[in-house]
Amino acid sequence: MAATPLLELRGIDKSFGPVQVLHDVGLNVYPGEVTALVGDNGAGKSTLVKCISGIYTIDSGTVTFDGKEVAIHSPRDASALGIEVVYQDLALCDNLDIVQNMFLGREKKSGIVLDEDTMEEMAGETLRSLSVRTVKSLRQLVSSLSGGQRQTVAIAKAVLWNSRIVILDEPTAALGVAQTAQVLELVRRLADNGLGVVLISHNMNDVFAVSDRIAALYLGRMAAQVKASDVTHSQVVELITGGRSGNLGLPPEKPSDFVDITPGDAQ
Amino acid sequence: MTTTTTTTAGGIQAVKPTVSSHLRDYWARVRGGDLGSLPAVLGLLVLFLIFSTARTDTFLSALNFANLFNQGAQVTFIAMGLVFVLLLGEIDLSAGYASGVCGAVMAILLTNKGMEWYVAIPAAMITGIIIGFSIGLLVAKLGIPSFVVTLAAFLGFQGVLLTMLGGGKNVSITDEFVRALNNDNLSVLWSWIFTIAAVVGYAVVQLNRYRRRTSRKLITDPLGIVLLRIGGLAVLLIAATLVLTQERAINPAINSLKGVPIVVPIIAVALVVWTFVLGRTTYGRHVYAVGGNSEAARRAGIPVDRIRISVFVIGSFMASIGGILIVSRASSVDPNTGGSNILLYSVGAAVIGGTSLFGGKGKVVNAVIGGAVIAVIDNGMGLMGFSSGQKYIFTGLVLLAAASVDALARRRAASTGNR
Repeated sequence: MAATPLLELRGIDKSFGPVQVLHDVGLNVYPGEVTALVGDNGAGKSTLVKCISGIYTIDSGTVTFDGKEVAIHSPRDASALGIEVVYQDLALCDNLDIVQNMFLGREKKSGIVLDEDTMEEMAGETLRSLSVRTVKSLRQLVSSLSGGQRQTVAIAKAVLWNSRIVILDEPTAALGVAQTAQVLELVRRLADNGLGVVLISHNMNDVFAVSDRIAALYLGRMAAQVKASDVTHSQVVELITGGRSGNLGLPPEKPSDFVDITPGDAQ
Repeated sequence: MTTTTTTTAGGIQAVKPTVSSHLRDYWARVRGGDLGSLPAVLGLLVLFLIFSTARTDTFLSALNFANLFNQGAQVTFIAMGLVFVLLLGEIDLSAGYASGVCGAVMAILLTNKGMEWYVAIPAAMITGIIIGFSIGLLVAKLGIPSFVVTLAAFLGFQGVLLTMLGGGKNVSITDEFVRALNNDNLSVLWSWIFTIAAVVGYAVVQLNRYRRRTSRKLITDPLGIVLLRIGGLAVLLIAATLVLTQERAINPAINSLKGVPIVVPIIAVALVVWTFVLGRTTYGRHVYAVGGNSEAARRAGIPVDRIRISVFVIGSFMASIGGILIVSRASSVDPNTGGSNILLYSVGAAVIGGTSLFGGKGKVVNAVIGGAVIAVIDNGMGLMGFSSGQKYIFTGLVLLAAASVDALARRRAASTGNR
């Protein structure tokens, strides 16, 4: 596995007013690997992701991307670096078709006219590179797609832009068994294509099925970041629920640590 | 029935459409709740049949056919602008009186200030743009619901119009150019040039698209369907031009009346321009995106507020042209210009034509088809001797039917997974 992380977070703090949501969080994302980000509701997963994607700015800490320290102030900064987020609620427009959704906000033009043909070809190539062959037509409206297909389009949209890191927020939350398998396979393929993948999930089966590393957040602190092969199912659950498991995880807390922590992010 | 499978656009397997499979797909979409203008086109046909059998001599006369365009112009223009507003799920209740105010600006500049038409007409259009910008700013930046902003503007502009006209006086215009816009006709020669240019232009665009997509191995509509569309348009336009180039004056010796009304090419230009903007430019794509899912649009980096303001600008701009045309038609402006039922007819036209009130779905051509339905009802029922009261009731029912079709289609779409 690659020795140097593509994205490295160190000592990230983030507060909303008096409420500190992230305490000294560190995270490494390696190219070609799936890093699962787990944690209970309110542990700070979504906040951390929003800090990486530029929706929130961090209070302190450093972000190193590809060996260089960077500052991410807006979603545009993040996309410029090649960081794309696939949101839980997908953020697709039902009334547009697959191609239109994949290029939304970044349409190809020739002159002032939209270059539909080039966009359609590029969308087709991207889907093929992900071995997606389940859509009937690229000109199908997204509203007519199944949940798994919609997730696929959202993921394909994220990889269309030569992205280096793709962050997936609960991609299988609303899916059935077969569709979940399909999406997980796609997640694995993203990493195999050399991307750094961050997978946020509540589902331990999903996490162990595809991830190389597991990062567990507990009440705004990074409890542990370990290789998936080094831990068991129940150890990860302990990390999520208690912040520690055996000699892994946070040192035993003083009760006072809990006083000021009000989980601030809605899951 | 043979189906050819083809591998297109980077390896996605797809069935190459044939004429019959295209028709079947279309029917499946209709059953799935994607109706488009179909109900309006069918309604238009039915109304045409009813009125022409009931009043063959008057309704079906060339004179009356030409009148339909002149009478429907204002509503059609306001409705074209409203399509943009409705696409975002917003409403503009002030469009009717905004068109009246813009018309009054033009009339006052022409008559009271003695200015030329090339000053007065742009002034009216700029007035429309300013009105739309103000409304859009209040909706997008202050977050006041468009219903309330434009309701206030509706009342306000009614007052502005009254005040501008000095408490209810009637301002007439004598400018020949302005009066010609919605009263005169193209010469027979120009009528045919216009018709042929329209058909050839459409054919070139359609065939060029077919050729380009085929050469890049992308899925296209089958050639049969493309030719059918071109043929259909050609038959329709040539038939209409044949009727309109007949002599239709009651006494041709005094004043000959023939040719396509000048307002028809004006409507056609607006239709082509806005269809191009909505369908072929980034801006249009973003309007649909904001209407479909404004949060997704925002995350995609689309300036949602600016789009929201712009649709109100387009709405009021088109209303100003509607105002210019109605003042041209009546050769005067009075406190009721753009009042009474004009706004409701315009919203009705957009919705009857197939624009969704829920946002995200609609085309500019919907407004033209819907406008035709409204004009035919108004004109036909008048000729059959129905009272104004009966006309309003019937138009109200048609609008209700159109809104029900829209709502039912949505439910249908939701149940077939075609949300």
